[in-house]
Amino acid sequence: MYPRQFEYVAPSGLDEALALLDDNPGAKVLAGGMSLLPLMKMRLLSPELVVDIGRIGGLGDITDNGDTISIGALVRHAEVASSSLIQAQGAALAAAASWTGDRQVRNRGTCCGSMAHADVAADQPVAALALGATMVAASSSGVREIAAADFFVDVMTSALAPNEILTEVRIPKAGAGAGSAYDKLGRRGGHSDYAVAGAAASVTRSNGSVSAASVAVTGVGVRPVLAGAVAEALVGSDGSDAAVEAAAAHAVAGVEVLEDLYGSVEYKIHLAKVFTARAVKAALAAAG
Amino acid sequence: MQVSMSVNGRQVSGDVEPRTLLVHFLREDLRLTGTHVGCETSYCGACTVEIDGKAVLSCTMLAVQAEGADVTTVEGLAQDGQLHPVQEGFWERHGLQCGFCTPGMIMSAVTLLQENDNPSEEEIRRGIEGNLCRCTGYHNIVRAVEYAGAKMRGEEPPPAEWEES
Ligand SMILES: Cc1cc2nc3c(=O)[nH]c(=O)nc-3n(C[C@H](O)[C@H](O)[C@H](O)COP(=O)(O)OP(=O)(O)OC[C@H]3O[C@@H](n4cnc5c(N)ncnc54)[C@H](O)[C@@H]3O)c2cc1C
Ligand code: FES
Ligand code: FES
Repeated sequence: MYPRQFEYVAPSGLDEALALLDDNPGAKVLAGGMSLLPLMKMRLLSPELVVDIGRIGGLGDITDNGDTISIGALVRHAEVASSSLIQAQGAALAAAASWTGDRQVRNRGTCCGSMAHADVAADQPVAALALGATMVAASSSGVREIAAADFFVDVMTSALAPNEILTEVRIPKAGAGAGSAYDKLGRRGGHSDYAVAGAAASVTRSNGSVSAASVAVTGVGVRPVLAGAVAEALVGSDGSDAAVEAAAAHAVAGVEVLEDLYGSVEYKIHLAKVFTARAVKAALAAAG
Repeated sequence: MQVSMSVNGRQVSGDVEPRTLLVHFLREDLRLTGTHVGCETSYCGACTVEIDGKAVLSCTMLAVQAEGADVTTVEGLAQDGQLHPVQEGFWERHGLQCGFCTPGMIMSAVTLLQENDNPSEEEIRRGIEGNLCRCTGYHNIVRAVEYAGAKMRGEEPPPAEWEES
């Protein structure tokens, strides 16, 4: 199963890669290749030029910036999953990375690639939404920051322009009394494979009540989305199981739920509520 | 395009199209046919090889992406006619039937044991989640990895189930 023919370049500098994207509107960025190469092999995509960013220096680090954590474009899922910094400060993202694909996929696929690919059933994008991540995109005209909430646009469509490279996903650190979690039903059962449906939650508790909440669901519509109504119902509540269940009933409010090979609309709605409740409860438990 | 890499400790190079997958470079150019092609769609793990210490799918990687890399295939495991403990485990604990999944399964197990020298049954099952086997039902594969883990830790492997009274 060969892709169609293409030209391949592996620049060693970001500027060179960005110039190539400017000059070749039909070019595609190659990171871990775990989504791009299967698409090219099935000939669903046939770019004329593949710009492999795998040899660009300085993109492979997880950096502690004090209040935030930066995850560079070449940081693999396995590294996000096993990072003690991300486990402690952005647990939802570490969990989502640990349940992305299998060991082989996690050794190659990148967190930034997962965001850029923007699959409707992907794991890490919802965690980024719930955590309030910022996407840092570079082009030859400069760098811009895009809020996760504005980044996922449609089926496999992000806010990135064709000549931009996502150089970094930046997540805020969990503050005092805050916790986050992710949970899903995988297509192959348990946590295996893409989400039939899943949810990520980030919550803060103070003085016995929920003072802030952000929840997002995946696998149900055309893109991972924030479940604003769930967060609204949670804030000000006591965070009891009853309050969480009541809030989770709004998991797909305003979302056009679509069926796919893995579940009917009814089943997806049910799962979205179940996993929203589970993710919120786990996040509250982590918040202490 | 010219590509060069180390395969099983030997420096190799070749002239490939950019679209040549690593697995085809290994099998067709280097004639290392131990690495199998199963699904070709990234799901079965039959094509698993070790690159720079990590298990990766050689059907989902371009040969040119492996430029300069250190690649180990199943052919590189045995040393001086002596099977690698994981190969020995598959032999001793009947970890294979048709053998199609075996090279990928073994490479997956070898890298798993490098990352965790004493995995629990649960960790072994999760560690080989990306390798599909249509014959064994996985049971004896888990026993084979346990056998290899014990050997590599210098311990006596647990007795085979059919030897237990
Ligand atoms: C067997 C298998 C199972 C999988 N299971 C899951 C799963 O359970 N959950 C899940 O969420 N995903 C899953 N995936 C997808 C996997 O996580 C991919 O790694 C991820 O979607 C893309 O990351 P990548 O680095 O491999 O990107 P690539 O495949 O290299 O690229 C994907 C797309 O993103 C673009 N891109 C990549 N990086 C950048 C960048 N820095 N800037 C701009 N554009 C960029 C590319 O141009 C391309 O369009 C699975 C994949 C496989 C093969
Ligand atoms: S042949 Fe590579 S994963 Fe099946
Ligand atoms: S032994 Fe036949 S596929 Fe595993």
